Amino acid sequence: MTKVTMTVNGKTVSADTEGRTLLSSFLRDGLGMTGTHIGCDTSQCGACLVHVDGKAVKSCSVFAQEVAGAQVRTIEGMANADGSLSVIQQAFQDHHGLQCGFCTPGMVMSAAALLAENPKPTEHEVRHYLEGNLCRCTGYHNIVKAVLAASGQDVSGLGVAAE
Amino acid sequence: MPKDGGIGASTKRREDMRFLTGKGRYTDDINIRGQVHAHFLRSDVAHGRINGIDLSAAEAMPGVLRILTAADFAAVGGIPCGWQVTDRHGQVMQEPKHPVLADGKVRHVGDPIAMIIAETYEQARDAAEAVLVDITELTPVLDMKAALAEGAVKVHDDLTSNLCYDWGFVEENKAAVDAAFAKAAHVTTLELVNNRLVANPMEPRVAVGDFESHSDQYTLYTTSQNPHVIRLLMGAFVLGIPEHKLRVVAPDVGGGFGSKIYHYAEEAAVTFAARLVGRPVKWTSSRSEAFISDAHGRDHVTKIELALDDENNFTALRTDTYANMGAYLSTFAPSIPTWLHGTLMAGNYKTPLIYVNVKAVFTNTVPVDAYRGAGRPEATFQLERLVDKAARELGVDPVDLRRQNFITPDMFPYQTPVAVVYDTGNYQATMDKLLEISDHAGFEARRAESATRGKLRGFGIAHYIEACGIAPSNLVGQLGARAGLYESATVRVNATGSISVYTGSHSHGQGHETSFAQVVAEMIGIDANQIDIVHGDTSNTPMGMGTYGSRSLAVGGSAIVKATNKIINKAKKIAAHLLEASEADIELKDGKFAVAGTDKSVDWAGVTLAAYVPHNYPLESLEPGLEETAFYDPSNFTYPSGAYGCEVEVDPDTGKVQVLSFAAADDFGNIVNPMIVEGQVQGGLAQGIGQALLENCAYDGNGQLLSGSFMDYAMPRADDLPMFTVDHSCITPCTHNPLGVKGCGEAGAIGSPPAVVNAVIDALQRAGHAHVTHIDMPVTPARVWAAMNG
Ligand code: FES
Ligand code: FES
Repeated sequence: MTKVTMTVNGKTVSADTEGRTLLSSFLRDGLGMTGTHIGCDTSQCGACLVHVDGKAVKSCSVFAQEVAGAQVRTIEGMANADGSLSVIQQAFQDHHGLQCGFCTPGMVMSAAALLAENPKPTEHEVRHYLEGNLCRCTGYHNIVKAVLAASGQDVSGLGVAAE
Repeated sequence: MPKDGGIGASTKRREDMRFLTGKGRYTDDINIRGQVHAHFLRSDVAHGRINGIDLSAAEAMPGVLRILTAADFAAVGGIPCGWQVTDRHGQVMQEPKHPVLADGKVRHVGDPIAMIIAETYEQARDAAEAVLVDITELTPVLDMKAALAEGAVKVHDDLTSNLCYDWGFVEENKAAVDAAFAKAAHVTTLELVNNRLVANPMEPRVAVGDFESHSDQYTLYTTSQNPHVIRLLMGAFVLGIPEHKLRVVAPDVGGGFGSKIYHYAEEAAVTFAARLVGRPVKWTSSRSEAFISDAHGRDHVTKIELALDDENNFTALRTDTYANMGAYLSTFAPSIPTWLHGTLMAGNYKTPLIYVNVKAVFTNTVPVDAYRGAGRPEATFQLERLVDKAARELGVDPVDLRRQNFITPDMFPYQTPVAVVYDTGNYQATMDKLLEISDHAGFEARRAESATRGKLRGFGIAHYIEACGIAPSNLVGQLGARAGLYESATVRVNATGSISVYTGSHSHGQGHETSFAQVVAEMIGIDANQIDIVHGDTSNTPMGMGTYGSRSLAVGGSAIVKATNKIINKAKKIAAHLLEASEADIELKDGKFAVAGTDKSVDWAGVTLAAYVPHNYPLESLEPGLEETAFYDPSNFTYPSGAYGCEVEVDPDTGKVQVLSFAAADDFGNIVNPMIVEGQVQGGLAQGIGQALLENCAYDGNGQLLSGSFMDYAMPRADDLPMFTVDHSCITPCTHNPLGVKGCGEAGAIGSPPAVVNAVIDALQRAGHAHVTHIDMPVTPARVWAAMNG
């Protein structure tokens, strides 16, 4: 067992790890931060996506010991300081971008990384960027809409029948 | 305009607040003090005889507490099946034993052999590698038709064959159907496969068992769509625990789509083991494990024929289906290809004579059960592909051929020749709506534009009917169900007027906490924020049958309406007393009880307070308190229907199909929350398009699952799909439930696969590939290219 220390959502935290402990289990089991979800074992679903030093990373694809000392941000650190939903989170609620909520933490973190890189993405760019995040519930329609809305774009015409 | 928070409003979901901030509480988020971890060692061969299991090395591994095998479960029952089908000869189906852990034989890759319990998950996994299982491999039974051949290897040695049942429906109609075919002017025939799928909710299954010796109380936390059903099946049939000593909790559930209906071996195993080791036992499925242990869906091989007269009227329909059961019978497996499939073969059409034959077959594969739509997608796919093929053979417009044969609005209630009675519908209206919202009139111009880019554009249509809101208990009892299918609700009004509604339905993403509250808010006229919906825990909710088959609002919502009406009736009595008026004169409006024609009134909180502080109260005639329970047993299924249209582009060089647009015009009856309904349809469409173009659960010749992870099983991703156009303005309210609702959870997955495949065939035929009349799903580039160039 090796103690690993890092900064998660602005707080310095540490927990014991084995060499094989993934960042995802460090967060969930080591720190009890269960907002980060595990949906697969082949790094394909994106439910576990967090930010490591500002970059989108699937937390099941790195060992905790590899990111010792890093700045990590998870879904638990996404709301505004006063506890209200951030713009992206609010857009997911407003546009019904979640159903069961299991993919949602990863989706929100992925969307935040996209908008940090590309503040006004096209629908195509959003779909392409979110390709690594699986959602089985929504059919992505409302997720894409939420991300576009969060970027300040008008989504009122999307998916509406041509009059 | 609907009131915000009332029926018809797109109220934003209250559950989103916790899901969006990482505060959802899913089963894997539950960790009980002292808990240990279980790992299941699973068969890596499809079919084999277990000669012996040597646990000695594994038992000596660090952290190992106990390793269980079949012998440890000798005194408990097997996993039960909840539906007994009677075949066309009056014989009940063959029902194999389904031990909790493989006993003597392994019957599919993934069949659990041993349960390793250790202090940590890693230790349990490490120890599993040291378990030595001596297995003699047997020839796997994989192909359904070969499985039924004389002398075929048997999956279950103690059954007479691999045939579960040979079901005919309606058997008495068979001769008349054959006679109608003999004199048909035209017969269209189609052979097709409905591809095996894996539900893949994003949350894998988890089970945590706990036992408190001081009270003899078991608790199972599990990822379930129906905790009461699990309590009944596991308590009564597997472990012999009486219900009052067994609590089943399903907290937030991360999707299900059917796969979390069934009682699984792991649930019984962790509950059983918790008592044995004296510690809470937790099992979390990995995704790879889910692929070989969650029940799969679909997997039908069908020949279907349509007889038409010389005016293109449908005169008879005949189908012959092989349905894969897998190695054991999952909870509802026998009902899916029969009562949830055969009864829908009339579709939206007035075909007078129908005969459906289904042979259910055991194979050395993962058990197959309901997956979103369950039987109805299989029925719709066959029928809507067949009608399309018939139209092309006859040289008529597929839309016109459908319209000509539709059941018309004046024919409702409509008795189909396959037992069910449709209460309402208007199929011409949904078809009209689809053509409008999909801009069908502009298709030719769009096709010409595609052609300039070298792409083949096609438009495919499908019209579906489904049966939801399962179901009248006495009817399903006659059909072989071993359960009732009512739903329940307790409405508990608190002294200051807030309300807790306890429902037997259980959301796994459908937003019940929001939409059920809207129903109660509308009925009483109070703010929805005063109402909480409580579900998922057998210790505080009344016995309920759970959420599947698009039944929650139609059946569970009706129970809530019934219980709320009881509340309102009692509250009116209290109000009458307080207002010194006759009960008949009391009107409830906007949360106020008023004496008709006067300005005398008492508000909701005044009445609820009187109920619990009954100082001024008719105690001689009325009990204090305000809490009511209702059970609702539906008198019929509900029948949502709709027209779906898909536009695709095929790349002739690669065979790749791209879905450019998809439009859905559904009739779900009345709508409580349009936003949630649209989300349900969109999600269903994605799954249906996934089935049509991407997803396939493939076994190799040795019974190894080739598509055993997200690396190999093609889940639809954001960039595989277009924005959807979804309309639900065609409304024929259900006539037999109090809300007039029909259910919307499965429609998208039912109506979309045939629309997609019809669109591909349309594109190819318009481009001169007249010989391409069918391509099996998933319609992959390789299959399209081969069809075009074959
Ligand atoms: S759990 Fe990390 S990608 Fe699926
Ligand atoms: S909301 Fe359920 S998986 Fe995305």
